[in-house]
Amino acid sequence: MTLDELPRGQRAVVTALDLRGGERRRLMDLGLLPGAAIRADMTSPLGDPTAYEVRGALVVLRRGQARTVHVEAGCSGES
Amino acid sequence: MAAPLPTPGVGPSPEQEPAGACASCALAPSSARLARLGLAPGRYDHVVALAGNPNTGKSTVFNALTGLRQHVGNWAGKTVARAEGGFSYGGTAYRIVDLPGTYSLLSTSTDEDVARDVLLFGRPDVVVVVVDATRLERNLPLVLQIRQITGRVVVALNLVDEARRHGITVDTRHLTRELGVPVVATAARRNEGLPELLAAIAQVATTDDPPKPLRLIHHDPALERAVADLAAQVEARFPGVPNSRWVALRLLEGDAGIEEAVRSGTLGELATPREAA
Repeated sequence: MTLDELPRGQRAVVTALDLRGGERRRLMDLGLLPGAAIRADMTSPLGDPTAYEVRGALVVLRRGQARTVHVEAGCSGES
Repeated sequence: MAAPLPTPGVGPSPEQEPAGACASCALAPSSARLARLGLAPGRYDHVVALAGNPNTGKSTVFNALTGLRQHVGNWAGKTVARAEGGFSYGGTAYRIVDLPGTYSLLSTSTDEDVARDVLLFGRPDVVVVVVDATRLERNLPLVLQIRQITGRVVVALNLVDEARRHGITVDTRHLTRELGVPVVATAARRNEGLPELLAAIAQVATTDDPPKPLRLIHHDPALERAVADLAAQVEARFPGVPNSRWVALRLLEGDAGIEEAVRSGTLGELATPREAA
């Protein structure tokens, strides 16, 4: 599944980033690497953007960005 | 490219004038050997660059060392350009440059370019990387990126007071071993760990034999071949450049800033011995 489908409060592990270039680099710099644990934390009223907790920090992504992050729900990766 | 850092031994350059700062309002030194020189260190022997992720307390460390009141605030992008100040420790004068917070040296934003250009082309004698002890994992990628450029690094593991409150203790000895550079626990807003930080800065500034830049091995043979080939060409064109593999990797990524540095020859400045600067 992709990150935008992760229900609020649910945990998942990043498996792949479907992005290239600067945008991919940016997400990796913010800690979204394969193996990273991620949790959907807060959603704005319209459901976009959504705040995700990753490596102790909140990262806010638009739905279009979240759709490029592949995750596996319900297992625990690196904290 | 940002202007290079002022050359050691030369007086303060005219462009650094953070508003609201004055040298006379320095607090009582926490260490008997620390003298805060505020804005005007005059002559100085070493240049220290202060780097780190946004919101890790870089400016608090900067103020604690210089006695300045560089604006401290809890939001991203506060330090947009660099701020400079000075301090003297153990009879040696240091100029210290507070860089904008960055998550990476690889992304393309103005703040991150400022930080990277100072680290690469300013050739500071010491880079103090301020990291947030409560979010260490997220801060370490920048430490590793800086370690790929230089071995003249001290890691200030800041906000340890906050980490303690969260029940987090960090094994600084282990981290020191893994990173190959000194890691010092600090709580800069309480002046905790500053004597140790100063001692580590002095040690790295004066060593003739700093740790080598970290060399990452790429496990993809095609990439490793490409990096090695290009690195050899970079070295041939700029003999003595200390991090040709890092430069090669940036070129392969299509990094416009590094391409320009190669094209214009600015990269060659890295190859000149530090003493000749």
